[in-house]
Amino acid sequence: MVDTVSPLEPVLNRGRFANTAAQTGVVISEPAPGSIVQLAAWPDTDQKVREAIASVLKLNLDNSPGAGAVSGHRAAFNIAPRRYLLAEEDEGLAERLLSIVPADVGSVTDLSHGRTAIRIDGEKSEWILAKFFAVDFSLARFPVGQGVSTSHHDIFTQIQRRSETTFDLYVFRSFARSFWRSLCHASEETGYEIR
Amino acid sequence: MLISCPHCGPRDVSEFTYQGDGNRVRPDHASTDIGAWNAYVYDRVNIAGEHNEIWQHSGGCRMHLSVTRNTLTHKISSSTPVQAARPTQKAARKSRTKA
Ligand SMILES: [Zn+2]
Repeated sequence: MVDTVSPLEPVLNRGRFANTAAQTGVVISEPAPGSIVQLAAWPDTDQKVREAIASVLKLNLDNSPGAGAVSGHRAAFNIAPRRYLLAEEDEGLAERLLSIVPADVGSVTDLSHGRTAIRIDGEKSEWILAKFFAVDFSLARFPVGQGVSTSHHDIFTQIQRRSETTFDLYVFRSFARSFWRSLCHASEETGYEIR
Repeated sequence: MLISCPHCGPRDVSEFTYQGDGNRVRPDHASTDIGAWNAYVYDRVNIAGEHNEIWQHSGGCRMHLSVTRNTLTHKISSSTPVQAARPTQKAARKSRTKA
């Protein structure tokens, strides 16, 4: 399999970049999942597609908008009616899904080389993300596992909450370096660490 | 301005793209009725009040929506998946008459 090359390499400068009060409010990192896959169902096969997600990723999703789940290095969430974004540490997720999702049940699109995942963690993560997206990130409205499709200056971003303080952002690969820089600039106020 | 997407809930207008007047109906592909095509391409009602519009949640779930927006107040009184709300030929004829 072709190696996934990170577009972030030239800008991923590990270290602490504290604010003027010597604090770091967030940690920004690249989780680099081996697989990022979009799975879409037909109007009458949504249940079957969610069963496939449960069987391959061991994650159970209900049919509510944005519903998602995370466990270890596996993540899945709803991004649109009958469409899901899946990520896993291992490569080859698309092939495993294709083996149990025939064309009359759904379509599998391997986005492993087309999207870059960016993780922001820390008590100020909601605050930083609120600078970019017109989305309510409060825990009550956006619980752990929940996902959202939104955009920043007309560029798509799909976001999932991994924990109370952690969010994974999936952006177009070609946009990732620019977005990473913006994220660092937005985090200067709270201070940040790149891991 | 907030638009309530049937899938995503109330979201900022910056996530949506306007796709035009929701009152017009494309004539049959085989139609040679020049008047009908002219009306489809050019005639707009330009309502001051409740207006039937097509929007897409392009920066979100990408659903196409049939939206009723008040052009004077920007209040959105309804927003439904477009498949469920295609205008009838009769409604289109009515809006052409008004125009
Ligand atoms: Zn939507």
